[in-house]
Amino acid sequence: MKPDLLRCKRKGFRLFAEALFTLSGTVTTVVILLIILFLFKEGAGLFRSNEVEKGYSLCVHASSPVERLSPAQIKQIFDYETEWIPFRLEDLFDRYSEEELGKDYALLPGKLGEEITKEPKLVAFVPTQYVPTGLPTVRVLPGSRIGWLRFFGGKEWMPTATPAPLFGVLPLLLGTLWVSLFAILIALPLGLGATVYLSELAGEKMRRLLKPAIELLAGIPSVVYGFFGLVVLVPFLQRTGGLPVGETALAGSLILAIMALPTIITVAEDAMRNTPKALREASLALGATRWQTIYRVVFPASVSGISAAIVLGIGRAVGETMAVLMVTGNAAVMPSSLLEPVRTIPATIAAELGEAPAGGAHYQALFMLGCILFLITLLISTAAEIISGKSFYNKKGI
Amino acid sequence: MNKRTSQRIAFGIFRILGISVVGILVGILGFIVYHGVGAVSWEFLTTAPSDGMTAGGIFPAIVGTLCLVAGSLTIAVPLGVMSAIYTTEYAGNGRVIRLIRIMTNNLSGIPSIIFGLFGMALFVNRLGFGDSILAGSCTLGLLVLPVVIRTTEEALKAIPDAFRTGSLALGATRLQTVGRILLPAAFPNIITGLILSVGRVAGETAPILFTVAAYFLPRLPESVFDQVMALPYHLYVIVTSGTDLEAARPVAYGTALVLIVLVLFMNLLASFFRKILDAKKG
Repeated sequence: MKPDLLRCKRKGFRLFAEALFTLSGTVTTVVILLIILFLFKEGAGLFRSNEVEKGYSLCVHASSPVERLSPAQIKQIFDYETEWIPFRLEDLFDRYSEEELGKDYALLPGKLGEEITKEPKLVAFVPTQYVPTGLPTVRVLPGSRIGWLRFFGGKEWMPTATPAPLFGVLPLLLGTLWVSLFAILIALPLGLGATVYLSELAGEKMRRLLKPAIELLAGIPSVVYGFFGLVVLVPFLQRTGGLPVGETALAGSLILAIMALPTIITVAEDAMRNTPKALREASLALGATRWQTIYRVVFPASVSGISAAIVLGIGRAVGETMAVLMVTGNAAVMPSSLLEPVRTIPATIAAELGEAPAGGAHYQALFMLGCILFLITLLISTAAEIISGKSFYNKKGI
Repeated sequence: MNKRTSQRIAFGIFRILGISVVGILVGILGFIVYHGVGAVSWEFLTTAPSDGMTAGGIFPAIVGTLCLVAGSLTIAVPLGVMSAIYTTEYAGNGRVIRLIRIMTNNLSGIPSIIFGLFGMALFVNRLGFGDSILAGSCTLGLLVLPVVIRTTEEALKAIPDAFRTGSLALGATRLQTVGRILLPAAFPNIITGLILSVGRVAGETAPILFTVAAYFLPRLPESVFDQVMALPYHLYVIVTSGTDLEAARPVAYGTALVLIVLVLFMNLLASFFRKILDAKKG
């Protein structure tokens, strides 16, 4: 091979490799953009789907005053005693035999029309294909789309309810924040105490032993923490608290607190140890005790690092899935006490996505939950970034 | 109150807090080990579950987890290493690089269940991989990408500039410098990142729920389009939704122990590697 051809090949290879590096450099950015794209694309469909289950319609008598029904009203009619009479396809099968409905249910719409005509208070929930057409006495209720307000402001999450599922995010969102908030309240004193002990009090030997041990424990899989919570913590809470169920928000908060501890301790400890030696020495030289030095000098100096640790701990708690799924009891109700079951956003996704048919409203609602969770964690990690970039002493020009 | 007394009280409290935190964490570990050790045997590690997953072993789950580890590293390591080479050796210090750093940080902060959703939407549905090792490995690979990038970046940054200038002065191109000087020097650290990723991948449950994990599948996978069982998902299943939860407890303890040992061993190995490297540098 001629030397210049060889050089040319080499140059080609170099350019190729460099292009590959550049492309790879953007990979994390691309992945994040793809995550956003897919989450929102799958989730946004929710607001284009109808409130009533896909393929079904609600029919009433033409003279009925009902114009439009909200999912909550539909649920009221179909699940509780009201002045309206709920009517499903099963009810029709109860009243007519197979022969009367004809081959391939060809006569079904006619019979349905008769039923509706007979009873002006009837609200019928039937597959759209069987809706009687051309009858002046039957009116099909207009299907309205699932609204933003009902999704973000709704207080009930019943994704599998028929005829109209309820997708209210509030109980899940508040459940997530509720559990995480108490987790941090529990983890904070423990974590900061341990941090002070590790960075200021423990001897060098002890520190060398404990620090890696705590870091190591951060690696324990969350499903193992959940398992521990389920076999130890949950029965313990049930027994000592005399509770009907041990799977409560408190159990979730405790497990999350334990899980967040290693994160909080390692980050906060780094911040405290990075306090300039001169600051400590100056304080001690002025006659302050070690404790005074810690809380008057070291704490303020490392406040940004400690806050970042707290924020990261919250981030860990908010996104945690398996452990919470296993110990909180998963009741989708507005959280009101620590001793009752709650349900968080990640746990809802994990528990329900397997059963939600792809492309349906439930599936889309779960992706919408994913979007919300994604935005919350993005907010948290950005906050941590900003906080840890700021230092108390930098601001004061020291 | 005297300032010495207040110091004594404060330090006493901190000491108690510090030791109790370590106590809690070690207690959890000890609890699992204590209950799990009786369940683990050679037979447990090498046979398939039986009797509605209340007896038998966890062999298919171990194999499944190993498949996922191998698959996800095949994706994450080349991508992550190349990405780190770009950010440390090729890109300057401009806005693009800052953006990339922030994105990498953000990616590592995204909850694992989001990766599960994303993996399901992209790999399982859009690309049509179905529930398969391929889809699960891609999802887990993206999850550990930040770990690989970060450790490789640290390794490359730790190499003295004299290595680079020396190589360039001898007439080597940038690419040759990367390939023959920097990568070999950074290799041990890259291995550390790889080991850390193994620990992470082996323990994750949420990302594999909808992309690969099988409830019960006693046979071994034949291709990358097969579903597999995996250790963390298996533990979740036998703890929460088995046919006889009480009877499955010993198996659950055993599975938890195997999982912990696998993950902690990987992390220990990584920190051991790091220590040796630090000693070498010193």
